[in-house]
Amino acid sequence: MAYTDSPLLALDGLSKSYGRQRVLTDLNLTLPPGIHALLGPNGAGKTTLVNVLSTLVPYDAGRVRVLGLDPRRERKRLQGLVSLTGQYAAVDDKLSGAENMLMMGRLFGLSRRDAQRRADDLLERFALTAAAGKRVATYSGGMRRKLDIAAGLIGRPRLIFLDEPTTGLDTRSRQALWDEIRTLADSGASVFLTTQYLEEADALADRIVVLHGGRIAADGTAAQLKSRVGGSTIQLHDDAGHILEEIPTRGSALDVARHLDAVAAARPDVDVTVRRPTLDEVFLELTGRQARERTQEEVPA
Amino acid sequence: MTTTSPSREAQEPTSVGNGAGALTGLRVFTARSLKHSFRDAESLLMAILLPVMLMLIFVLIFGESIAAGQGGDRSDYLAYVLPAVALTAAGFGASYTAVVVSNDMTTGFMNRLRTMPFPAVTVLLGHTAASMVRNLLATGVVLAVAFALGFRTDAGVAEFAGAVGLIALWILVITVVFAVLGMTAGSAEAASSYGFVLLFLPYVSSGFAPVETMPGWLQGFAGHQPMTPIIDASRALLEGATPGDAWWVGLLWCGGFIAVAVWLAAVLFPRKVAR
Repeated sequence: MAYTDSPLLALDGLSKSYGRQRVLTDLNLTLPPGIHALLGPNGAGKTTLVNVLSTLVPYDAGRVRVLGLDPRRERKRLQGLVSLTGQYAAVDDKLSGAENMLMMGRLFGLSRRDAQRRADDLLERFALTAAAGKRVATYSGGMRRKLDIAAGLIGRPRLIFLDEPTTGLDTRSRQALWDEIRTLADSGASVFLTTQYLEEADALADRIVVLHGGRIAADGTAAQLKSRVGGSTIQLHDDAGHILEEIPTRGSALDVARHLDAVAAARPDVDVTVRRPTLDEVFLELTGRQARERTQEEVPA
Repeated sequence: MTTTSPSREAQEPTSVGNGAGALTGLRVFTARSLKHSFRDAESLLMAILLPVMLMLIFVLIFGESIAAGQGGDRSDYLAYVLPAVALTAAGFGASYTAVVVSNDMTTGFMNRLRTMPFPAVTVLLGHTAASMVRNLLATGVVLAVAFALGFRTDAGVAEFAGAVGLIALWILVITVVFAVLGMTAGSAEAASSYGFVLLFLPYVSSGFAPVETMPGWLQGFAGHQPMTPIIDASRALLEGATPGDAWWVGLLWCGGFIAVAVWLAAVLFPRKVAR
């Protein structure tokens, strides 16, 4: 079928507005199968992009292919291949976990028996079997999240959209969910998740797409993004480990050696480390630079 | 489904991807909405208690004195007020639909359904079907209380079915109106307060007191609002009499309301996507 040979996502000039408010502007992006993170601050347009790609809202302009299918014109076919787990839980509080799963299975067109079996499997995999008979209203935040994601898997999607999956979870639940997401990818499905946490993108994603103000500010592996900012830092420490001075460097052997010659002459006993930029710094640099560039564009020459 | 990745998931035989049809959706969601109704003990208690209370209050407390003004007694008023109490109780029962629809629309639930390969609008049909079941149950309670209080009738099966059918049709009307309110309201609380006005409609009709006994400026509305012909026709049928024109006028009102509400739902439902 078409989607097996196609890239996971292929966006060419995707734009989307709500009324007069432009939310996404001219997005160009191609992603292979895998785990990918859409990283950006609140209001960057992350949810809108996920909603467009998962067929929830139509895009305005551009060419969009998800698993080789157009989410506007081939909506129904694509809906059989993707699932969306949004920011707000899509589970029914008044039903039990098992009933929620069964309902979703039936809606995906499974027979009652198949839906039951699939529900049991997924509940077990997400360690929810013990709570399966209880109403979801009694679940903890982490359990609801897990059930929400499990319900999204009932139709065996090829591509799973997770909109801020770990927002509001404690550290342990977050780690557990990361493991689950990795397991998903191992089983052959692709994951496209949004996050505000650089740490999360760094830990999970093959490719990171940085969205800022509705535009793609950068896209690449974590290592690529870090090197794009280029500069490493030479840090000078005292014996207690306190940073005495930070010297920006291009990171090449020659440049580092030149700086260290000067340091060695002045302070021969000081501790030295060379630090690569963190993703946080990359993020601030990228989003800050883009904001600056846009300000310059707007100034008439 | 064929795929290049040799995963466990992909090797399992599967028929997924086609999605359910409208009928399965309707079945699944009707079952869901009924579970909601019958698990919510407080709402269920209200649904049964309210018609009983209304019936007892109007017949035992107001009945004698209202009927005296018309030269009758309490049992005459029982027969008079019966359809109005059934419809008032149904109005309260149907207002629950606004709350549950609003809940589904404002949480992530509807968003997920909209990305699944089946008609998501069946959620609304499920809520509507469950409301019919709940409120016909309440109508049954009203009739049972009426018989317990001494209501007797010469109406045959056809007349009885006609009366209950008309009441059921009006229940459908207010249910779809409340469903549309639930869809447009920003929250469940707002949805239930918008519907408040609708709950007073039966009082300004021929349901509890004859229109002629109301002030002149009110008679115009009370005599021509949709509930008056529906109540008049139901009352006539329950007493074993012929409903006359009221039957047709009532049916026309119901058809008109349903057509407008369904049209509104069809226009609004696809646009109301939570962001």
